[in-house]
Amino acid sequence: MLSKLNIKQAKEGLRKKEFSSVELTRACLDRIKQTDEKLNVFVTLTEKEAIEQAKKADSDLALQGETLEAKLLLGIPIAIKDNFSTLGIRTTASAKVLDDYIPPFDSTVVKKLKEAGAVILGKTNMDAWAHGSSTEASDYGSTRNPWNIKHLPGGSSGGSAASIAANQCIGAIGSETAGSIRQPASWCGVVGLKPTYGRVSRFGVVAMGSSFDSPGSITKTVYDSALILEVLAGNDEMDATTTPKVVPSYTQALTYKKSDFIIGVSDEYFIDGIDPEVEEKVKEAIVKLEKMGAKLKKIKLFDPKYAIDVYTIIQRSEVSSNLARYDGIRYGNDRSFFADEAKRRIMFGTHALSSGYYDQYYNKASKVRSVIIEDFKKAFEKVDVIIAPTSPSLALPVGATKDQAMFGELSDVLVEPSSIAGLSGINLPVGLSDSSLPIGMQIIGPQFAEEKVLQIAYLYEQGTQTEEWRKREPEL
Amino acid sequence: MKFDVTHVAKLANLTLSSGEKKKFEKQLQETVEYIEELDEIDVKDIEPTSQVTGLENVLREDEVKPSLSQEDALKNAKSTYNGFFKVKGILDSE
Repeated sequence: MLSKLNIKQAKEGLRKKEFSSVELTRACLDRIKQTDEKLNVFVTLTEKEAIEQAKKADSDLALQGETLEAKLLLGIPIAIKDNFSTLGIRTTASAKVLDDYIPPFDSTVVKKLKEAGAVILGKTNMDAWAHGSSTEASDYGSTRNPWNIKHLPGGSSGGSAASIAANQCIGAIGSETAGSIRQPASWCGVVGLKPTYGRVSRFGVVAMGSSFDSPGSITKTVYDSALILEVLAGNDEMDATTTPKVVPSYTQALTYKKSDFIIGVSDEYFIDGIDPEVEEKVKEAIVKLEKMGAKLKKIKLFDPKYAIDVYTIIQRSEVSSNLARYDGIRYGNDRSFFADEAKRRIMFGTHALSSGYYDQYYNKASKVRSVIIEDFKKAFEKVDVIIAPTSPSLALPVGATKDQAMFGELSDVLVEPSSIAGLSGINLPVGLSDSSLPIGMQIIGPQFAEEKVLQIAYLYEQGTQTEEWRKREPEL
Repeated sequence: MKFDVTHVAKLANLTLSSGEKKKFEKQLQETVEYIEELDEIDVKDIEPTSQVTGLENVLREDEVKPSLSQEDALKNAKSTYNGFFKVKGILDSE
């Protein structure tokens, strides 16, 4: 099955002419058709456009030489979260307010993917407006976890994570505000990279929490994450928060064989109520890294529970502002089309920003945000990275989030602090539970330390390549 | 403190049914109470952060550059008139 390939393998096969991009793209489309009735990954499938892009890629591939070198994703079928604007292709953010919205422009991420020669398969399901951690808050029905379709894939980039786990695509794009890449990657057993805030442009991404939003990738391997970041990272005049820092070659960084890292481990991140299998597998993974040469150091971090409060206040405030633009006049439907979760978040944010409450909520939360940033800064004076579980639980069953106004925040407690501080981070699968659900660990690095995060992730991935669980795959 | 859902819905331009009001009031009240634990943190002498990577005053030249055509800008509008967005009257003085 060609769609099983990762990006590196697919590039190799295309280069050696073992198959064409059209064949590879058709294989993905076939797999989508075979599995998507069960999984509900795609909100919009762009079959016709994908085949056209693949044909174009095949003619570029025939040229070989420089074109091939410059176009890092030439002919590679990619699935894109539905909050990235795509020129001429419906972009809903899984929200009925945008049910018929067709953007007249590409987001910077999509523009860069196209320039790199990628083939876009379609738009993946998410929690509406990226508000949630399950895809159950999608206005188009929840996506299912490929490992067990009675369970949720996580979210909000749950469609992209499920698509990778089910081998419907070769690479996928997600976005994270606080956990929306790492947590679904954890629940689906795939690699999810959340870059530093400002490393990848937010231009054209349906705005959610503007001081957190970080576009990134969901992939089958660490190498693929590095490759996609190399394509996406960089300064963008359309997003003033993007850093002017130069973009290193992240794939090149993986070839430096470095293993003398200091890994910080904090008891605060093995919280009460954590699933015992998650705790066990992540602790085992840390010991494996120690055997590979890393040094471990116990550190004490600020209790992540306060991150929930900070995030709830700031994110909902930003949501109320960002979602004020949806008036149904210029595009999309009017405000009566908002579903419950969006209404709750808009109203909470409106309340927090309303007259008389600013100091009590937004200003206070922004100060505690400074405390969290400072806490990480101090930690990174002593350690290179911090390792912790990504999610305190395994993928939860369908229906778990119903009327749980704080569900997402509780489920994202271990990823919110690093998002609040704008740090880099990655989820790596480390094994399966007895019930055959994936378990993930996260590696958190300082801002703009993606190279280091990827190097350690790569070291772990390569060092555990022969583990039995890696041979297993979802039965669909 | 009680969450005033009617007042907030009006500010946010959301129309809620009475059933929704009841449901959201309860849920949002719970959220308000949940985040009260933030009071445990002492933030005396701490400056708030809004931009996490520390960029400041990012400016660009004020130049005219290509942008959406009028046609593209209007393409998604439900109602247009002579190349403009058509909106409902907002003043009801007549």
